[in-house]
Amino acid sequence: MTALTERQQLAYVDAQAADARVNVELETDEGMILNLGPQHPATHGTLRVTAKLDGEQVVWADVVPGYMHRGYEKLTEVRTYPQVTTLINRIDWLGSFANEVPFILAAEQLMEIEAPPRARCIRTILFEMARIANLVIFLGDLGVQLGAVTPTFYAFRDREHVLDQIEAVTGGRFHPNFDRIGGLKDDLPKGWIADTKAVMARIRSFCDEMEDLLFGNEIFEARTRGVGVIPAEVALAYGLSGANLRASGVDWDLRRDGGISGLAHDEVDWKVWTHPDGDSFARCWVRLQETREATHIVDQLCDGLPSGPIMAKVPRVIKVPPGEAYVETENPLGAMGYYLVSKGDLGPFRVKIRSASFSNISVVPWVLKGVYVPDIITILASLYFILGDIDR
Amino acid sequence: MAEATDTAAEEAQAPRDEEREALLAEMTEALGDAVVGSHVAPGRGLWLRVTRDAWYDAVETVKLRFGFTFFDFLSGIDWMPSPWGRYEDAAVDTGIPRPDPDAPIETGVAGGDTRFQVFCRLADVRRPAPHRNVVLKADLPDDDLRIRSIVPLFAGANWHERECWEMFGITFDGHPGLRHLYLPSEFEGHPLRKDFPLLARLVKPWPGIVDVEPMPDEAAPGDGDTAGGDA
Repeated sequence: MTALTERQQLAYVDAQAADARVNVELETDEGMILNLGPQHPATHGTLRVTAKLDGEQVVWADVVPGYMHRGYEKLTEVRTYPQVTTLINRIDWLGSFANEVPFILAAEQLMEIEAPPRARCIRTILFEMARIANLVIFLGDLGVQLGAVTPTFYAFRDREHVLDQIEAVTGGRFHPNFDRIGGLKDDLPKGWIADTKAVMARIRSFCDEMEDLLFGNEIFEARTRGVGVIPAEVALAYGLSGANLRASGVDWDLRRDGGISGLAHDEVDWKVWTHPDGDSFARCWVRLQETREATHIVDQLCDGLPSGPIMAKVPRVIKVPPGEAYVETENPLGAMGYYLVSKGDLGPFRVKIRSASFSNISVVPWVLKGVYVPDIITILASLYFILGDIDR
Repeated sequence: MAEATDTAAEEAQAPRDEEREALLAEMTEALGDAVVGSHVAPGRGLWLRVTRDAWYDAVETVKLRFGFTFFDFLSGIDWMPSPWGRYEDAAVDTGIPRPDPDAPIETGVAGGDTRFQVFCRLADVRRPAPHRNVVLKADLPDDDLRIRSIVPLFAGANWHERECWEMFGITFDGHPGLRHLYLPSEFEGHPLRKDFPLLARLVKPWPGIVDVEPMPDEAAPGDGDTAGGDA
């Protein structure tokens, strides 16, 4: 795609050297297998990483997911359409509302229903607030992986205000279950917009704090710059998406490029951030900028909120006409989509859930080749995954 | 050209999608006889069904010649109607008959002849070119559930093929390590096949009536499940 930078070339050389060493290691059966997880703080749940080491260097690594597999694809087949949103809320549990949106949009496509403009705007506001609630945890957690505990307290302090605002609308702090086919369950409560804008200002100052605390920090830079480099073509072949892909220099954001009609991102002025380096630092930096950008999107949408109904005309018993649809949106963790197959029944015939972390983490065996043991943690942290989003 | 092009019937009322139709024509020309079905949903997507033998070559052509370098996902579908229905013991209350498990298999868009299908989605994310994408499908005969692995083309297909293998029992020839991904290695059966029972529901069927309780005549304002809204 683009010419390799010096840093990327070095990463390639490292990886190839490690590749050559694997054969020797396996034959002599020397070296050591390091087992990380399934219950390790850096895995945010139960992910297991095994790595074969040569001294301090990883020669070969494997990821074992599945400790939390809940079989959502099978369960959706015995649920009605309104019931499915309850399930899929629990995929990426830090930004739950964002999980519902692509499924609802896919069902709306098949039913040929469009949500009214006000519903589209409020949907987008909540979608971006889910992103903030998710990414704020990322920024706070980042420090912990490097031994700095303070940012976590800042993150949880400020995230609380975002959750309060989400709760004020939806009644749920973690699992809103608020999106409906054809619109939203309810309108915004009184006084909500002013409060939200104050919270957004607060999040912006949180981002400034994080930038001062972490991103200028010498140790942070030393641990992340040039570590875990993923070139653009590798990222694309592994299906990486979201900030991980944009940090490898690919200018692609489904909010702008996806042609999604059910959200209102095209009505506001915002920017897609990319970084050319493809290393851990780039991934963290892109997410920091995206958090800021999301607050601007929310602010603009709050200012220009149209009046009108929040629900389109929808039949009482929801039956989706036969057909297939796939809708993908830019969720906090990356591209998330639902391939919905309907046979005209009360519930879906088959739902394929394309979750972002699943593809994002599948690159780990590739990227860990040749890195040093402490970098495993920073690379996992910067790739950023939610266990529920891998295991579904 | 394609024998099962089901856009013809919709053309009369539906809006045309010239961009996708042009892409379909280009791809059909490039892939030749490999294409056995296609479907364009205006503004929504493009589906292309290829023969099983041409699966790898089709993916390669779409990647290298058309520049669809982003691997989105790969999975399978079991088109058999579920012998267990929706596990509801209260089919009466919906007024909707239970799906007939003995009904002939009906496949989705772009057609299909067999019970199992593999499908994958590829996208072109270059800018400023428009974001383009395609869903490729391939039928698998019931007695020989094998297809060539596309891992050499898209390294990311590795996990997706492992998942598809354990969930549907479809073997991917040439895969570098086809083993369980989510399930324990001693697990028997393929959970996403329609004839694999969902035991929790068999033990205690879902009381379907809860979900179709008749709504009061006057819809409560803002109640999302009813026909409220702008009335």
